[in-house]
Amino acid sequence: MRIHHYEKLWLMIGSFILIIFLSILAIQTFFLDMGPPSHAQTINPETVRESELFANAALTEIGENEYKLAIIAEMFAFRPGDLEIPAGSTVHFTLASPDVTHGFKISDTNVNVMVVPGHISKVSHTFSEPGEYLILCNEYCGLGHEYMANTITVK
Amino acid sequence: MAHVSELPTRPTGKVVDRDTTTRIPIEDVRLSAANLSIAFLALLFGGLAGLLQGFVRSGYLELPSWISYYALLTAHGVLLVLVLSSFFSIGYLYAGTSKVLGGLHPKTIGFGWAGFALMSVGTVTAAFFILAGKANVLYTFYTPMQAHPWFYVGLSLIVVGILLNCVGMFITYQSWRKNNPGKLTPLFAFFSNAVFVLWVFASLFIAVFVVGLVIPWAFGWVPTIDPMIGRTLFWAFGHTLVNIWMLTSISAWYVSMPKIIGGKVFSDSLARVAVVILVVANVPGGFHHQILDPGLSVGLKFLHVIQTFMIIFPSLMTAFAMLATMEWAGRAKGVTSLLGWWKILPWKDARFFALIVAMFAFIPAGLGGIINASNQINQVVHNSIWVTGHLHLTVGTTVMLTFFGVSYWLVPFLSGRKMTKVLNRLAIAQTIIWASGMLIMSGAMHINGLLGSPRRTADTTYGGHNAAADWAFYEMFMALGGIILFGAIVLIVYIWTQLAFFAPKGETDFPIGEDFSEKDASPLFMDRWSIWVTLGVISIAIAYVIPLFDFISGHNPGSLPFLMF
Ligand code: HEM
Ligand SMILES: [Cu+2]
Ligand SMILES: [Cu+2]
Repeated sequence: MRIHHYEKLWLMIGSFILIIFLSILAIQTFFLDMGPPSHAQTINPETVRESELFANAALTEIGENEYKLAIIAEMFAFRPGDLEIPAGSTVHFTLASPDVTHGFKISDTNVNVMVVPGHISKVSHTFSEPGEYLILCNEYCGLGHEYMANTITVK
Repeated sequence: MAHVSELPTRPTGKVVDRDTTTRIPIEDVRLSAANLSIAFLALLFGGLAGLLQGFVRSGYLELPSWISYYALLTAHGVLLVLVLSSFFSIGYLYAGTSKVLGGLHPKTIGFGWAGFALMSVGTVTAAFFILAGKANVLYTFYTPMQAHPWFYVGLSLIVVGILLNCVGMFITYQSWRKNNPGKLTPLFAFFSNAVFVLWVFASLFIAVFVVGLVIPWAFGWVPTIDPMIGRTLFWAFGHTLVNIWMLTSISAWYVSMPKIIGGKVFSDSLARVAVVILVVANVPGGFHHQILDPGLSVGLKFLHVIQTFMIIFPSLMTAFAMLATMEWAGRAKGVTSLLGWWKILPWKDARFFALIVAMFAFIPAGLGGIINASNQINQVVHNSIWVTGHLHLTVGTTVMLTFFGVSYWLVPFLSGRKMTKVLNRLAIAQTIIWASGMLIMSGAMHINGLLGSPRRTADTTYGGHNAAADWAFYEMFMALGGIILFGAIVLIVYIWTQLAFFAPKGETDFPIGEDFSEKDASPLFMDRWSIWVTLGVISIAIAYVIPLFDFISGHNPGSLPFLMF
């Protein structure tokens, strides 16, 4: 086997770019806390609705400009429904599904996470810009999937 | 020359003299042709579903109440990514292997037909339940959504049929090796064997999932199922499928393209290295579909990003080899200017034209893949219609145009006919129409995805919410691209029918590039698949043991079924 001179060069440049690229991803993931949402906690789908975490969930202030909110993603709605939060606040979302897999996507933000039954998903976001955001389910979850959406109004 | 069916004995175990025999035994022809016919039908029906989807999504069409958008989308996915790709890869690789190894082993024919029968029955069963509205679960059938149990039985028949075909291929490959000690297998056969090794990896994952977990649960023998195990096993299969059709496609680029342009294989040994990397390193790439899943740690996800990016090496090697092949072909014809070789490529030969457009489509397709797999950016595009745009560039353009290009020699090769000038011109037009339709449709999908429009959604107006206001404009282009594409499907079906039944009789060659120059021969151990399979299993284990063990021991309470019909 003989590797052509130029091919060696080509592969070396490619590997070099790849290493830089992966290093950036690694720094973002491990040092800047920008890793993808990866919460690992289980919950029984059949009891999500009655569970301590999710029953009577409401937007709760936990600090200055900081809120937490538990949301049930179910066929075909997010509960609680439409929300209102003050501009500039950070919200920590906790999500679970009592039925099938759903997606949780907030338009015009990078909030995007899968809600798989049996697991709890977590994701946080700071809403600095006022406006009406659309929360939509972006994983097919049954024949009413396209109706699964709410709004968050940031004032 | 005697017609093959009149040949006294079937040539097995010896390389057939290429100059005197261009055709293969009639049994092999029949088997290959049968597989290809189903692939072509799948394209026609799958494409029709796609056309309707584009219209429904953009609001131009309302479906009758007996069929839902999601039934169409399920049919589209199953027919195009599972049925089409498996039948085509079998039909094409069996024919080519028969050509380079001098006929398929008689046992291979037996396994081939048995596999074909199971796969066909499976396809019809699955299609029936999809169209009857009893399997609105999409081709990924994520649990705990549940379809009619017989839908899953249909799918598992397809998988078992594929496994039988794998056995068939291994028999021919190994018997050739036994009869030709000390010889390296021809490059095309090496590619075929690699594809079928990947089929085994892929099929085992999906078989464990469907047969081991889903079917008992769908028939109600087991009450619950763990959806995360399902997603993980599904994507171990799904991503391997991607490598299967890429490897099938690049076999034509590496082996046949050089012959078509009148050149030689650039480097037989480097081609084999690229193949081996794809087989060994890339199965775990499937995890990049789960970057936003719960229950997998950030560190593990990063490991999977690295494993996904292993695909970059064979891709870079392929890019280099293709351009080098083309340049050398030109230089051999006496071109001395820097880029003169580019101009004298056979642009007017549809076989070449389809392949090179396919290769060019892979540039944006590959870049999109790097974006999707990059951990953080994935959050921007995951489950948006950008992803659908991406896969119409990869499998929809790169792979499909390669399959079309292959069919321009494969179909007449099997039917004993010749491509006419008119058909060649139509085929060039078909390539241009297909590429422009995909450019429009997939371009619009990419843009809409960045604007936030979700994939797999029948209606994206969201009650007129202003976040969704910009999407309609691009959905119009998705529908427009769909019309163009469907036109191209009608055209290719016409070309295939002509090539199969009506074109003038004659000899068409299956182009096989000059195998290797002696000094560039690979070491013989390249043919020892036990090495590559072992390494592949290790790489799979590195990726999958931890998460699967976590899920199994993680006390996930499991999910009851939710019927999707
Ligand atoms: C006439 C040609 C085609 C048209 C008009 C078309 C149209 C579409 C549309 C509109 C969707 C997306 C729907 C959604 O997410 O809501 C889609 C999805 C898809 N298409 Fe196509 N398509 C065509 C050909 C193909 C081909 C040839 C392939 C592959 C061989 C393919 C593979 C797929 C796949 C895998 C999906 C994703 C399915 C899913 O998300 O479950 N398509 N297509
Ligand atoms: Cu949902
Ligand atoms: Cu949904």
